[in-house]
Amino acid sequence: MNKTVFSVQNLTKIYDMGEVQVHALRGVDMELYEGEMVVLLGPSGSGKSTLLNILGGLDTATDGIVSYRGKELTRATDQELTEYRRYHVGFVFQFYNLIPSLTAWENVAVVTEIADHPMAPEKALAMVDLSDRKDHFPSQLSGGEQQRVAIARAISKNPEVLLCDEPTGALDFKTGILVLEALDRVNRELGTATVIITHNADIAAMADRVISLRNGIIADVNVNEKKKPPSELRW
Amino acid sequence: MPMTPLNTKLTRDLWRMKGQVLAIVIVILCGIATFIMFMSNMDSLTITRDKFYREYVFADVFANLKRAPESIKERIAAIPGVALVETRITAGVKLAVPRFEEPVTAQIISLPDNGKPLINKVFIRKGRLPDAEKDDEVMVGDTFAEAHGFALGDRFGAVINGKWKQLTIVGVGLSPEYVLQLRPGAISPDYKRYGILWMTKSTLATAYDMKGAFNDVVLTCAPHANENDIIRQLDNILDRYGSFGSYDRNDQMSHRFLNEEFRGLENFSFIFPTIFIAVAAFLLNVVISRTVNTQREQVAVLKAFGYGNIKIGWHYFKFVLVIVLLGIAGGTALGAWLGKLLGDLYMEFYRFPYLIFRLDIKIFFAAVVISLAAALAGTIQSIRAAAKLPPAEAMRPEQPAKYRKAFFERIGLARFLSQPARIIARNLQRKPLRTLLSIIGIAFACATMISSGFFKDAVDYMVHVQFSLAQREDMKVTFIEPTSHNAVYALKGVRGIEHAEGYRSVPARLRFGHRSYKTAIEGIERGSTLQYILDENLKPIYIPPSGIVLTDYLAEYLGIGPGDMLTVEVLEGERPVRQVPVVALAKQYMGLMGYMDTAALNHLMREGNAISGVSVVVDPLYKKDIYKKLIQMPRVAGAVVIKDEIRSFYDTQAEAMLIFTFIATLMAGAITFGVVYNSARIALSERSRELSSLRVLGYTRGEISYILLGELALITLAAIPVGFLIGRVLCIYIARMAASDIFRIPVVIEPATYSLAAAVVVASAAISGLIVRHRLDHLDLIEVLKARE
Ligand SMILES: Nc1ncnc2c1ncn2[C@@H]1O[C@H](COP(=O)(O)OP(=O)(O)OP(=O)(O)O)[C@@H](O)[C@H]1O
Ligand SMILES: [Mg+2]
Repeated sequence: MNKTVFSVQNLTKIYDMGEVQVHALRGVDMELYEGEMVVLLGPSGSGKSTLLNILGGLDTATDGIVSYRGKELTRATDQELTEYRRYHVGFVFQFYNLIPSLTAWENVAVVTEIADHPMAPEKALAMVDLSDRKDHFPSQLSGGEQQRVAIARAISKNPEVLLCDEPTGALDFKTGILVLEALDRVNRELGTATVIITHNADIAAMADRVISLRNGIIADVNVNEKKKPPSELRW
Repeated sequence: MPMTPLNTKLTRDLWRMKGQVLAIVIVILCGIATFIMFMSNMDSLTITRDKFYREYVFADVFANLKRAPESIKERIAAIPGVALVETRITAGVKLAVPRFEEPVTAQIISLPDNGKPLINKVFIRKGRLPDAEKDDEVMVGDTFAEAHGFALGDRFGAVINGKWKQLTIVGVGLSPEYVLQLRPGAISPDYKRYGILWMTKSTLATAYDMKGAFNDVVLTCAPHANENDIIRQLDNILDRYGSFGSYDRNDQMSHRFLNEEFRGLENFSFIFPTIFIAVAAFLLNVVISRTVNTQREQVAVLKAFGYGNIKIGWHYFKFVLVIVLLGIAGGTALGAWLGKLLGDLYMEFYRFPYLIFRLDIKIFFAAVVISLAAALAGTIQSIRAAAKLPPAEAMRPEQPAKYRKAFFERIGLARFLSQPARIIARNLQRKPLRTLLSIIGIAFACATMISSGFFKDAVDYMVHVQFSLAQREDMKVTFIEPTSHNAVYALKGVRGIEHAEGYRSVPARLRFGHRSYKTAIEGIERGSTLQYILDENLKPIYIPPSGIVLTDYLAEYLGIGPGDMLTVEVLEGERPVRQVPVVALAKQYMGLMGYMDTAALNHLMREGNAISGVSVVVDPLYKKDIYKKLIQMPRVAGAVVIKDEIRSFYDTQAEAMLIFTFIATLMAGAITFGVVYNSARIALSERSRELSSLRVLGYTRGEISYILLGELALITLAAIPVGFLIGRVLCIYIARMAASDIFRIPVVIEPATYSLAAAVVVASAAISGLIVRHRLDHLDLIEVLKARE
């Protein structure tokens, strides 16, 4: 077991702002394994999103190596990154980023249409418990429901990794739990390796591993011997 | 402007949107430029003309007659209201210009022997006035001199009263009477084949046997004098002396053409700027409403910190103001430059001693007021909305858009659509008004292209109808005076003349009710194969043995129709007044005429079978010989070669037309680009979020471009047919506005004109698409994830 999905070595990201250079990542080393659920913790500005974006092929590194299943993302062309996103990664963002002109079902279909081995959009929506809302437009859904559509969209292509940047950041506690349950279920049932960024240390309890970033480097890695189901989380 | 934070925001916003700002500035600039160009041109020409008329004492009333004794002059001067009188001798002559073997005719006008006419003074461009002591000295009009490259001292031959004479050029001049030098009956100036000459009165009196007599009189009226009374009394005096009828400036050819030109300029200075400014207002509306919408939260924050409504409103108004002012500044500069250019071009046709170019401050202010008013009208609603926005409400993002399934999805075509296609369909449908306005905006741009290209089509068509369908002769020969029909046989005998037909032309005033028009009635031989009168469908009209056919526009002008009785006041010979029934109307794009059967016209004149000239078909091989023979025939006053006439028409009109079309096309292209580019940019800014999201989900650049550019392509394609329609309506409108007794522009638009308009629209869309595509390629995928919608 423990097959590596991501392997990150000495990952550095510097934003060159002309006069000042912002060191967002200063040499991160980490790995992500198949079927694993990882929570990324860290104060604001510590580089969490930067790391996730590079893992997801949205951004490029300044230095260091990121390999996905042995292939170096850090050397991939733009076209290869697009393909990588298209076939292998699912994203969930704090602000959902749904297409307002498409219904829930169609928002999922946006991905299944171009993916290799997608699941039916209905099935993805069923996994997040939204089968009965499939014909609604985003503006007709609550924030939590929109986020679950976003999760359905992310998992519908049967991705190998699911990257979530503060998926509950814009939601209240109860709705947040629903969203986390959806993520947990996907992780358990489909075995999708999942990375969740959060500010909320309490959420860390549902992870296999908790990685803490501080100031662009990994400060701490915690392995949860016994992870909690989301329904038991409290904050 | 002090650099307050708001002003900094303003400059940054302007800079950030520089592409769109520039596009709008260009459209406003074009509007202002055309306005200023036409207005300043008209203004300058009017001032120049008025000054020339005043300083060179242009006559108010004109009359030609057979011959009257000089003593009559006293009686004319005694007519109440007459200020100055000048009696003259004028004559049409045939010329033989060295190294130019085509028929050339000229009008000679006498100058007093002392060289100082009181009326219609001559501006001396070069040399001097002819000397009364030397009977071979002549002053020539400057266009004629230029066309032949004459220098002072050059000589050419003239047939004066049937006698051959060598004349020497001693001067080159201009007169307010011949600002436009046009052979009577011609459609455009032909500087090589028609000239104005001045010689002294005593020389001409000797040559034409007119000692102590005159055959032409011009006079000026005192201020507030009643011109109509003067004309009536003048007619009374001159009637006995074979007068052809007195007329005022409105019937004076040069003046009339100039007036028509001014009318045209006035129309253009209305039509084109209106389109440009309206389009600019539309663009501003789109851009400002969009900007205000996306900046709701910023407005809210500013208000939360205590900025007042007026300050916010003023902020956005300044945004508009900067764009409009940039447009005005550029437009004024360009307009003044083009106005001067156009003025110089006009000086080719309309000869003034010099052009006084003036850009009246009033025109400038009018441009400022018009463009600001239009800009404000286009944006006031958005600006007010921004100013009135309650901070708490503004904090909330704009109401989420209400999407629906598109119409064709509801009728079951959905399964044929991919998700991106659905996005396009629903976006278009979500803002139907915006979509419609974009379509109309692009359509108008397309229409402007058509309306600028249409002039050439129309002129080609006019020439085709007039010279291929209606008039089929190669050459038209005019006699000095009505001649027996037997002259046709004399001409038929000339080697190289293959066919000849006589025609009769009688100057007349046509009257119906209280309206009248001075023109000529042309008599056409029964069974003529050289001259056809055409109906609306360009089918020849049969001219019955009695009755008259009128040009449709003339009938409209007189308010007369078939079956009505027309009063014909002949202005020749016995000057009979007769009633003639109108039998049909003829479609004709140039001039206003009446047509009768020659026999019927002869009968009306109570004369034998007289003709005024002969239309001939010639063998091109013998062309030159025929010219030579014609010059020598004493009865022949002149000959016009139709081909030359067409060529000179194109030569003189083509340059102006090409320049005008070129400018208009450039500007139409600018509008087109402005509208299309703005639509694309707005679409980009509205969609960049979802497009970035799609990119994040693994869509390729090509795939997301498809969504945005597909939308643009659909709008553009929808706009083109609408543009064709609007263009046609615009052309009809322009044609109606431009119609005069000289020309009626037919509404003929060639497929090539439509194609060019469509091509420019498509090209603008393609370029805009490329620019937008370039932006799409550089979308910041991460930025969009950070922000709330
Ligand atoms: N586009 C950018 N240009 C310059 N600096 C940037 C940019 N994006 C991020 N940074 C900087 O990089 C650092 C890390 O940013 P990042 O977004 O990864 O933080 P984060 O841990 O996700 O914070 P948060 O929890 O607030 O989202 C910060 O100091 C930030 O200012
Ligand atoms: Mg972050």
